[in-house]
Amino acid sequence: MAVQSDFFKSIAYFAGLNEAELELVRKHAFEKSVEKDEIVVYEGEPAEALYFVAGGVLKIFKTSTEGKEQILTLVRPGDSFNDVPVFEGGQNLASAEAMMPVTLYGIRKTSFYDILKEHPRVALNAIQVLSQRVTHFVSLVEDLSFRQVTGRVAKILFEHARTGGDGKPKLTQQEMAAMAGTAREMVGRSLRVLEDEGTIRLERHRIIIADEQALKQEAGIA
Amino acid sequence: MVEMPWVDVAKCNGCGLCIGVCQHQGLVLVGNVIQVVEGEDCDWCTHCEAVCPTGAIHCPYEIVIVG
Repeated sequence: MAVQSDFFKSIAYFAGLNEAELELVRKHAFEKSVEKDEIVVYEGEPAEALYFVAGGVLKIFKTSTEGKEQILTLVRPGDSFNDVPVFEGGQNLASAEAMMPVTLYGIRKTSFYDILKEHPRVALNAIQVLSQRVTHFVSLVEDLSFRQVTGRVAKILFEHARTGGDGKPKLTQQEMAAMAGTAREMVGRSLRVLEDEGTIRLERHRIIIADEQALKQEAGIA
Repeated sequence: MVEMPWVDVAKCNGCGLCIGVCQHQGLVLVGNVIQVVEGEDCDWCTHCEAVCPTGAIHCPYEIVIVG
């Protein structure tokens, strides 16, 4: 299927390229349609292509040896993924799974090397894109001193717990993340850990604090 | 009335990503804005809130102490 001609104009890697240059880039690209829950790249397998999201959302995640999943980021239309392993020439660093039907445009590793040689501007753009990626992951690494995040989330839950009919506000995971100074994904992980420990129970739109003492201990509250 | 996620219509840009991740047909696009379909099927997975690029969808939790 022909690659949609306007799509690559909006991609950061190809900013500043003229129509003729964009046309050469398009010729290197292939379209890929992905079903919901389908895994596009598997962590650890040889990196074969860099992908750009044209429609839909994917989660980028790593899996521990115990089978636990850590979501690194969500990628939406306009985003790219699998960049680093393609540039590095190694294995996929994480897996990518479609959260809904997804349309991707991919460029194979050898084709991207040709693009970089033919268009040095793309290499400069790539440096900018990857620098932003590094900033995001530095922040995530900071959050992955994990117990501190769970403690901050526990404190937020304790401080916002309702007793009786008091008018404390409800909180979204996004709001908890902002309060805790962390990513939304880390709040979700903290809630799962607290639930596994029996400290809280997650019901449809309620967080039940089942063990107040354990929660206070986790939060570092006397 | 069933507790449901809510949409800040001022922030909703009608991209429809939330509809794609919802497993219970709980969201519909009306005009260019998302509306929530009230129903018991919503399991509060919060994927809609997670994928929304503008922060328009909210899945708030009530936090209560029982033990």
